[in-house]
Amino acid sequence: MSAFYALLFTVAFLVLILGLVKKIIQYSRVPAPLKIPVTPAPLTKGGVAIRLAKEAILFAALFRSNKWTWLFGWLFHMSLFVVLLNHLRFFIKDVPLPLVLLQNVGEYAAFTMFIGLAGLFARRLFVARVKYISAPSDYLWLILLMFIAFTGIVMRFISHTDIIAVKEFCLGLVSFNWQSLPTDVPLMVHLFLVCVLMILLPFSKLLHIPGLFFAPSRNQVDNPREKRHVANWALDLDAEKNKTQPK
Amino acid sequence: MADFETPKFREYPVVPQIKVDAMAGKGPFISRAEFDTDLGYPGELPENWKEKTLEKMGDLLGRYRSFQVFMDSCIKCGACTDKCHYFIGTNDPKNMPVARQDLMRKVYRRYFTVAGKFFPKLVGAVDLTEDVLDEWYNYYHQCSECRRCSVFCPMGIDTAEVTMAAREILAHVGKGQKYSNQIIQKVYKIGNNLGLPGPALKGILEDLEEEVEEDTGVPVKYNMDEVGCDALLMTPSADFFAEPHIDGLIGYGKVLHELGITWTVSSLASEAANFGLFIGSYENIQKISMRIREAAIELKVKRIIFGECGHAWRVAYSFLNTLAGPFDFLDQNYPVPQHILEVTYGALQEGKLRMNKAENDHLTMTFHDSCNVARASRMGDKPGGQFDIPRAVIQAACNNYVDMDSDTIKDATFCCGGGGGILTDDLMEVRVKGALPRMEALKQVTEESGVTNIAAICAICKSQFTKTLPYYGFEMDAIMSVHQLVSDAIVMTGSEQEKDLDGSDDDEKSES
Ligand code: HEM
Ligand code: HEM
Ligand code: SF4
Ligand code: SF4
Repeated sequence: MSAFYALLFTVAFLVLILGLVKKIIQYSRVPAPLKIPVTPAPLTKGGVAIRLAKEAILFAALFRSNKWTWLFGWLFHMSLFVVLLNHLRFFIKDVPLPLVLLQNVGEYAAFTMFIGLAGLFARRLFVARVKYISAPSDYLWLILLMFIAFTGIVMRFISHTDIIAVKEFCLGLVSFNWQSLPTDVPLMVHLFLVCVLMILLPFSKLLHIPGLFFAPSRNQVDNPREKRHVANWALDLDAEKNKTQPK
Repeated sequence: MADFETPKFREYPVVPQIKVDAMAGKGPFISRAEFDTDLGYPGELPENWKEKTLEKMGDLLGRYRSFQVFMDSCIKCGACTDKCHYFIGTNDPKNMPVARQDLMRKVYRRYFTVAGKFFPKLVGAVDLTEDVLDEWYNYYHQCSECRRCSVFCPMGIDTAEVTMAAREILAHVGKGQKYSNQIIQKVYKIGNNLGLPGPALKGILEDLEEEVEEDTGVPVKYNMDEVGCDALLMTPSADFFAEPHIDGLIGYGKVLHELGITWTVSSLASEAANFGLFIGSYENIQKISMRIREAAIELKVKRIIFGECGHAWRVAYSFLNTLAGPFDFLDQNYPVPQHILEVTYGALQEGKLRMNKAENDHLTMTFHDSCNVARASRMGDKPGGQFDIPRAVIQAACNNYVDMDSDTIKDATFCCGGGGGILTDDLMEVRVKGALPRMEALKQVTEESGVTNIAAICAICKSQFTKTLPYYGFEMDAIMSVHQLVSDAIVMTGSEQEKDLDGSDDDEKSES
């Protein structure tokens, strides 16, 4: 069993990383031929960084468009972030002080994460417009994440698992020195679903993670009158011979 | 008036309901083969349309990062679902921006992603059939490429990019849109969208000179093909004859005259509009843009100034330098290109224009931000100048100004309903219904603040309002050009207006 999980984890991790890297390379290779930032847009690269940070951290555009979706979505993502930070303790031998402190603050992040997901799920089910655009996979993602959170909550608050053993297993993974894993059901389910998540992520709408940063509508500097912006495939059209030149 | 009902004003903000297939149909007239072939398209559905469609789709995915990323990154959060004026006006769920993108995304997933290849049902992927193409044709012509949805999308997904790609793909399998393609063909053959030949244009401009001299006593020039002027004026051809557009043109002439800037239009490039944008064709946008370069060189001007036109300003501001530049042969002391509003605003700031606002005291104005200016360009040197500069110019010309509801202006502005290649009679139902949110906002300020007129800086907006205002119980001439207000208020040196003002002492003077 432990070997199966160790293998699964290694594969899932590789799929996740290679899949994401492949997509990121693809996104950066496809040219963005004309300047199309949605204006008002920043005039400098620094301004663009701030614009993107506001979207990634605060979900600024979503806040403008729908307060309920923002509330649940932001709650879910921020909680997820805290939960993942907390999980670092499984993979780091001597947990640094800030992470230890976060343990206490982040105690209930699992619950807020669950509430956020449940809110998003309800919106998908009960708002006709959102229901209309939902494919089965859209519901399944939320269910998957809710199950991961639920099994996590069970382990932490109801039927505790052997954290020390989990940590040894994880550290073993990192150093390719496979260790055995406790075999209680919540942990098995938790880890299995996490692997499913990792494997599917690069093939799914969760590509919104790199996508957000590659959207030309948000990541371009507004300077087209000052700087020309010719894509490589348009170089031929742009060549001097194709243009009238002043005499 | 037509075989559809004008939507009713909604009493209070409501959650829009969905009415499936409310706008199902055939879409606008399909282009005739002759227009298509002139633009480099086949003109008919080829035998192997399916391969051709997928091939073009793959080609565009590899050429436009926007298209590729947007196909992947939609998280189906639904934030955009109530943001499109066409959805608000028609309730057809396929007019929700995400659903509009999904028409394409479903095919993308089926043929270009692992998940869609193996589990189409799970991720909502579909096979490409002729019905799918027809549905694309219909619904991608119910989008005005206004970008409102992208402002509200957490992923920045710009449906306009998807619509442009869809139209480009459709044109490659013989489903080009007649309206846009015929117009582009006219631009190539005659020089402007309206097919107005040079001599006719010359005649119109001469009439204008006479009219203005009669009104003001000042010999303002409206030149055509005059070599050696300071500026080439690029303006939408509607400015040459349509109301209220032409009153704007009169205004540009007066401002430039007063500032001592000599200018000319070009018969070779007598059109600022660039419908290449609407059909999403880089090659055509570029070819149309290149005329401007040629005209500027031929007429030996030092600067290029654009008149009031929304998408033309997008192409000019955002693309012209890239497509037809570099413009190092022009005077680098001025931005290339420059908007007429930047010129007027700058002059007002420097106190170079005298305005008699009282001339417009019978009006209470509001301003319609045109989508392409608001969300795809800029004016002046600060972000948001495209909002502040037109308002400042209106307020310099008119004492009474009120903004519409803040959810409907600036970067959240609602499209007039006629942009992006929709301004054609065969799409009247789409146009009238799509105008609903703008009309509601206008209604509100007319009732609450006594607004009498609405100004715009886009030829399409002006034409669309002229047509749709009456459907909603407004006068068709409630729509005005911004430079029409300037034209009515400006007091040119040596004009009759100046004499009237300075002649009698009890006349109240109001100067900028
Ligand atoms: C840079 C990091 C990320 C950013 C900026 C981000 C941003 C967003 C935004 C703005 C939304 C739309 C609003 C909402 O429904 O919540 C969203 C949705 C979603 N995100 Fe993320 N996200 C990030 C990382 C992740 C990660 C790591 C996961 C999962 C492991 C994830 C899973 C989801 C899911 C499942 C949804 C859809 C929610 C629904 O069904 O409505 N996101 N994300
Ligand atoms: C890297 C692989 C992972 C391992 C080995 C792992 C293991 C565990 C363990 C052992 C617990 C119990 C903690 C305790 O009792 O204090 C737990 C809790 C939890 N896990 Fe995971 N987990 C992993 C990944 C994830 C992921 C990717 C998510 C979210 C998508 C997640 C969400 C949770 C939640 C919400 C809890 C409960 C609250 C908490 O402890 O913060 N886990 N996990
Ligand atoms: S707002 Fe953007 S991410 Fe959300 S459903 Fe609409 S297009 Fe997709
Ligand atoms: S670009 Fe404008 S018209 Fe097109 S879907 Fe978005 S909001 Fe609607």
